[in-house]
Amino acid sequence: MYVSAKSYIDMHYFIGDLGHFFVITAFIASLVTAFSYFKATITEALDTKQQWVLNGRVAFYAHAFSVLGICVTLFIIIANHYFEYHYAYSYSDKKLPGHYLLSTFWNGQEGSFLLWMFWHALLGIVLIHTNRFWEGPVMTVFAMVQAFLGSMILGIVLPYTEFRIGSSPFILLRDVMQQAPIFKSNPEFIPNDGTGLNPLLQNYWMVIHPPTLFLGFAATLVPFSFCIAGLWLRRYRDWVRPALPWALFGGAILGLGILMGGYWAYETLNFGGYWNWDPVENAVYVPWLILVAAIHTMITYKNSETALKASIILVISVFVLILYSTFLTRSGILGESSVHSFTDLGLSGQLLLYLLFFLLIAVALSIFRWKEIPTSEKEVSTYSREFWIFVGTLVLCLMGFQVLMPTSIPVWNSIVKSFGIASNMAPPADQVGYYTKFQLWFAVGVALLSAIGQFFWWKKVDAKVLVKELMTPLIITAVIFLIVLQFMIFTEGSDSIKKLPHLTILLAGLFTIVANAKILMSLLKSSPTLSGGAVAHIGVGMMLVGIMFSSGYSKVVSLNNTGMLISREVSDEFNRENLLLFVNEPRTMANYKIEYRGERLEPRNKAGYVSMDDVEQTDDPYRVVAKEDILYDNEVLYKAKDTFEIFPENKYFEIVLTNAKGKTHTLYPRIQDNPTMGNAASPDIKRDVTKDLYAHVVSRTPSEEIEWSKTEELKINAKQEFFANDYVCVLENVERIFKVGSVSLDSADVAVQATISVKGEYKDYVAEPIFIIRNRMVGRIPHEIKDLGVRLTLMNIHPETGQFTIGINTRQKDWIVLKAFEKPFINVLWIGTLVLMTGFTIAMVRRIREFQKMKEKGLE
Amino acid sequence: MKKSHILILVVIAAAVGILISTADDASSYVSFSEAYKLASNGAKKDIHVVGVLKKDAQGNVIGIQTGADRVSFSFIMIDDNGKEQTVTYNEPMPADFTKSEKVVVIGSYEGEQFHATKILLKCPSKYQEEKVNV
Repeated sequence: MYVSAKSYIDMHYFIGDLGHFFVITAFIASLVTAFSYFKATITEALDTKQQWVLNGRVAFYAHAFSVLGICVTLFIIIANHYFEYHYAYSYSDKKLPGHYLLSTFWNGQEGSFLLWMFWHALLGIVLIHTNRFWEGPVMTVFAMVQAFLGSMILGIVLPYTEFRIGSSPFILLRDVMQQAPIFKSNPEFIPNDGTGLNPLLQNYWMVIHPPTLFLGFAATLVPFSFCIAGLWLRRYRDWVRPALPWALFGGAILGLGILMGGYWAYETLNFGGYWNWDPVENAVYVPWLILVAAIHTMITYKNSETALKASIILVISVFVLILYSTFLTRSGILGESSVHSFTDLGLSGQLLLYLLFFLLIAVALSIFRWKEIPTSEKEVSTYSREFWIFVGTLVLCLMGFQVLMPTSIPVWNSIVKSFGIASNMAPPADQVGYYTKFQLWFAVGVALLSAIGQFFWWKKVDAKVLVKELMTPLIITAVIFLIVLQFMIFTEGSDSIKKLPHLTILLAGLFTIVANAKILMSLLKSSPTLSGGAVAHIGVGMMLVGIMFSSGYSKVVSLNNTGMLISREVSDEFNRENLLLFVNEPRTMANYKIEYRGERLEPRNKAGYVSMDDVEQTDDPYRVVAKEDILYDNEVLYKAKDTFEIFPENKYFEIVLTNAKGKTHTLYPRIQDNPTMGNAASPDIKRDVTKDLYAHVVSRTPSEEIEWSKTEELKINAKQEFFANDYVCVLENVERIFKVGSVSLDSADVAVQATISVKGEYKDYVAEPIFIIRNRMVGRIPHEIKDLGVRLTLMNIHPETGQFTIGINTRQKDWIVLKAFEKPFINVLWIGTLVLMTGFTIAMVRRIREFQKMKEKGLE
Repeated sequence: MKKSHILILVVIAAAVGILISTADDASSYVSFSEAYKLASNGAKKDIHVVGVLKKDAQGNVIGIQTGADRVSFSFIMIDDNGKEQTVTYNEPMPADFTKSEKVVVIGSYEGEQFHATKILLKCPSKYQEEKVNV
């Protein structure tokens, strides 16, 4: 086996040892923090209590510093490409751009645990400084959570056993791959390069989606800690106020994180949607729903002293569900039911312990204190806001429950298996169809309740007042609904409105928007700071309308209208719903003239696309040389002879759309050729106000088995025109050259290069075939113009007549098979999301002010 | 009866309904022979089959064929009972397919071939990898 020179470089042991030292320090410091704050909470004497609080604070700062230290050391290993470490080797390589090195950081499970710990540490510090009264009990819970998370990355094998606690991000490659022969012969071996980051994760959303999601995860710990603290200290009423702004913060950030994931899927994966009801998605969707339910009961409690018990149950459930989702996605239990392949780190026991520990503590504490928790014995009126909010909360809980049950089938199977019973139950095969048919009706319920509930929210009402208040929104909704229906019949035909579930959700969504808009208008006049709820509900309504249109009315537009089959050997559906495009041969699609212009490369350091015919390859696949000035968007991107870097894995396909008015738009869908991880196709999207056109390449000219025509030979003079594949060519000149590529020639060798200009449909190409006589042997280097499917060879030179023989080969032009969808009104969904987040933010600001005001009065 | 009691009853009824529908709509893990029997009895429901890819003595995966459209592909899978079956799939080969230690196919029989609508892979755990790129 070839051993590279790199293996003589010393291994970087220090940095890994330092990282491991930080891991152990962070773990121990979290235990010390938990112990100190626990003592501080149970100690009565003020001076000792203060001493324990101080101890806890110092220990937590030491913990936070160590967590930061782990992050920095791990990042140094990744950024410096220390491939002797498993983490850097498995998730990165030398060519990975800087911002994706960040994605590498949280690509592995260890890194994502670390990210989670980092946010907890940061939030812990914020809490220490904002909330002195609750510091003891709240930070006890925080530190215990951190101890569990820290144990996940400990990577310590217990002495005298095989049992390993946690999986360290600082483990050396050779310790992971002990069976690999190379390490047996040379333990100091360092691989030259890493295996790289999964191409699908090389996307900017993967730089910001995981940190956002984990911040959302971390935020749910805060209300949970306050709730446990409230039960612990028997201050059942007081924990809600400080917890509420954090619950709203968590709701906003977690929601944003989930939608970023959906947006990433929409832009990067090619299933054409943003939500696939995969167990991994469900595992974060359910806690978010319950968190939203918890926010509603907490607000109800603050306003009317009811629903305190419900708030306690829900806040605990949210955090337990976050732990459960962590268990589901990381223990390997979903291995047979999710498309996401998880690397099993053998942590399932530890993860289960983490889940059960907090579940049991919370449940036990609640049971012991249950009788003491104050309740309101008053029977709630059907015309009270509490009643309707509570009904809404129940709908949200059932909505979550419906998703949780099928997602948990693998867990059920392993539970019954441990009792010796075989269960062959599997999650529903058609996830999208299955979940949609239930969630749709729950969503209708949520929409209607958030429309009507708001009227109870602001006014004391009876049946008469309610009817009067609701009359205007109902009429406006009906009018808008009818206009939308007319519009749909006009654009899509009358069949489009014969879908009952779709129309119900449209009606419910519109009603929510209109009803809450009415509330919002009156609030903006009187008290705008209270408008968070109305704004958030308008966002929910918009999201429902956006989801209804973009999913329910998504349609394939890449219809094969040529009357010819793409291939006899494929299904009818494939032939009908895909468009075969040859280079520079226009077709029509969705009222556009569509034309494929050829394969393009992506420069590493400049925005733009470069034709394969405009560059010359070098020995390094990551570098190319410009043959001529390269234009992009009418500007010179590179000058002739410039050497520049490219991403050889990324192939883009230039597709020009021209509408009836002659306006053009260019799409660049992509295929990533990754030798170790396979191919990945990503779409490009043309975004209009009312719809998205979503197109991806399904298939393309195979790189092997290209069939060239038989060589046609032409004897021509310089400056003479001839035809190749129907393109006009001119032999411009023939010159002697002294270097072929990077090889210099001997004085005895002769090499000549012909310059032939070829007039393509949209640009002129230059072909430079070479004729060599070396050691009395004749050699020919032909030149292929990829875009045109033409190969030109300088076959022979005839000095006696001054003529040249040119060999012409042609082949079928390059082609792609394209699939495209239209997604109407998807922007309403994205805007609705932003409106929802704005609503959360307004509400959060209000609750923070409330908290601060009470704090100034000495009531934390 | 108090309103809250009625509410609780409604919620319990809904939850039970959800549980029943979950059990009803759930798919199942079966062997190829059972799947074949189901399909020939006219059952249309997609099922799950768990198995491994067919390998030669050196451990290389054999029997993978790319379809004529260059998008689909087929492969040979051996289920837990040892039955070999050709499986067709209308999409390109998923990443890490040949590295997987276990494959789950979701789909049904169409004639003598098993047609998968979805493929799930179980990849080897981190501590079982053996190959290093040099």
